[in-house]
Amino acid sequence: MTFEKFVFYIFAAILVFAASMVITRRNPVHSALFLVLAFFSSAGIWLLAEAEFLAIVLILVYVGAVMVLFLFVVMMLDIDLATLRAGFIKYMPVGALVALVMAIEMFMVVGPANFGLDKMPAPAAQGPGYNNTEELGNVLYTVYMYPFEIAAVILLVGIIAAIGLTMRKRPETKYQDPSQQVKVKKADRLRVVKMDAED
Amino acid sequence: MQFDTSMLIPVLPEIFILTAACVILVVDLFLKEEQRVISYGLTQISLLLAVVITLITSPGETRIIFDGSVVRDGMSDLLKIAIFIISAGAFLYAKDYLRDRDLFKGEYYVLGLFAVLGMMVMVSANSFLTVYLGLELLALSLYALVAFNRDSAESSEAAMKYFVLGALASGMLLYGISMIYGATGSIGFQAIGEGLANPDVNKMVLVFGLVFVVIGLAFKFGAVPFHMWVPDVYQGAPTAVVTFLGSTPKIAAFALAMRMLVDGLGGLHADWQYMLVILAILSMGLGNVFAIAQGNIKRMLAYSTISHVGFILIGILAGTTKGYTAAMFYSIVYAAMALGAFGIVILLSRRGFEAENLDDFKGLNERSPWFAAMMLLVMFSMAGVPPTVGFFAKMFVLEAVISIDMTWLALVGVFFSIIGAFYYLRIVKLMYFDKPLDNSPLEAGIDTRIALSVNGLSMLALGLFPAGLLSLCAAALS
Repeated sequence: MTFEKFVFYIFAAILVFAASMVITRRNPVHSALFLVLAFFSSAGIWLLAEAEFLAIVLILVYVGAVMVLFLFVVMMLDIDLATLRAGFIKYMPVGALVALVMAIEMFMVVGPANFGLDKMPAPAAQGPGYNNTEELGNVLYTVYMYPFEIAAVILLVGIIAAIGLTMRKRPETKYQDPSQQVKVKKADRLRVVKMDAED
Repeated sequence: MQFDTSMLIPVLPEIFILTAACVILVVDLFLKEEQRVISYGLTQISLLLAVVITLITSPGETRIIFDGSVVRDGMSDLLKIAIFIISAGAFLYAKDYLRDRDLFKGEYYVLGLFAVLGMMVMVSANSFLTVYLGLELLALSLYALVAFNRDSAESSEAAMKYFVLGALASGMLLYGISMIYGATGSIGFQAIGEGLANPDVNKMVLVFGLVFVVIGLAFKFGAVPFHMWVPDVYQGAPTAVVTFLGSTPKIAAFALAMRMLVDGLGGLHADWQYMLVILAILSMGLGNVFAIAQGNIKRMLAYSTISHVGFILIGILAGTTKGYTAAMFYSIVYAAMALGAFGIVILLSRRGFEAENLDDFKGLNERSPWFAAMMLLVMFSMAGVPPTVGFFAKMFVLEAVISIDMTWLALVGVFFSIIGAFYYLRIVKLMYFDKPLDNSPLEAGIDTRIALSVNGLSMLALGLFPAGLLSLCAAALS
């Protein structure tokens, strides 16, 4: 076994372990943290496939941004785990059966018979001057320009939808208006009251 | 790839709608509450201009641009124009409804235009990547529109269900696409077609991927057994949104099926034909039978949608140009019928009152003989009563399957549409033979009245002269 293969199996084993922990942990915070581990291991596998840009993006975007946001949400929401687990036992047999059939089917199709190394050989290694990021950029802004623009529009719709659905003007909310605050005069805030001195 | 400005001309309609949506988004920020009608007007003008631009820039031949991402052909032009016109109708009906419920906001029109853009991208997609992105653009806009009435718990619930099931369907679709990519090494439709012709291609992986693609497609169509979201979304979403969501996306779903199954996976026709047969029979059966039990008009129309989807699928599964033409005719006609039906539901509703129950249609003839007649035409058309256009739509589809020797399927279709006629005719009975429950006059602007009249009469006009639209559909596919 080559060293590369050894590293691959290490990462793959950690990935499978972390992924199964994500769906079996009772505490959602633990699940989220295991998902971070899963992302790290898949980033490692991508590095082995010489896709270093994707590996870094996976860590920056998913671990750095998405999962942190996710953890925030999990910690801020009061998730009632009892209702989530209600019906688990009831649906367990059917779910397990379907999952088993699916797993067998998927193994038969995605397994080594169709996607083995002899069927799908690894691409030849690139030379030392090869820059994965540059290559991706070259196709992204030429061949895939149209899908790229549409993806940008999808993000815009996401922004509009999020703002449209959450921004509310509440009449009872009190705001500070800095331009009014700096214009304030002494006379607006202070009132000199003349009163007789007390004994 | 050599970039050339003339490449942008075939996608000018898309560019125009995108620009219009962005302009309206910004203009709307500077409008006062009572000037909101300007956003609405701009949206309608944009859709009208988009029709003109599509006609002017029509290349008259199939052009594939952006390295195979986009195709501009007769089918894309005809479907786009149908989408523009029917969306404009939906926005028109929605105006009074939104205004009466303090929902008259620019976002409705901006999100609506982005949904139209998503449909345009789907209609002229030439690779799985483009199809998927168009689908997501449409779906994301629709999720937000369903949740548009933020204070309604029902709308939020409907949006949540729609979002979760839609995301699941997208996941299925992507998984299927990844399998097809694994087998053929490409996501472009032409390249996949060539890959399928190769005898060394791994058939097992391809069919496995195809199953997931068809499941994703059935979710988006709302075909049984992937229809769970349809009645809940139709019932929960504001009627103004359902008018839009229930009409044009069916045209886009038809285009989605045509692009993915025919353009891309046409070589696997024998495999997907029987998958669609199952979906079609279940949709027609369950849709028509469950619609009978509904007391809520929006839920009833939702089940009716499911049954009509079955007919569209029958046309596609025929696998002949005749079948595709019939399915295309059916999807355009269905979008117009659904638009009319929801238009009448909006007409009967007013501030503080939603005409959601079948009983609200009682005695419509006494309240307004003209609009009762329009609803009659729409219902006859949905049921497939000659001489309305719905009859011809059903007939062309059934003819197409008979011509490929699947007469039994045509018989099943006829059987279920007879069952379906019951609940459409029940509405007619309620309108004409029952006493009205409330006699409040129908409030609607002159524009809504004209549009509804045109919409209703077009059911009859297209039924008397179906050859025009049919030959347009046939020409678009040749």
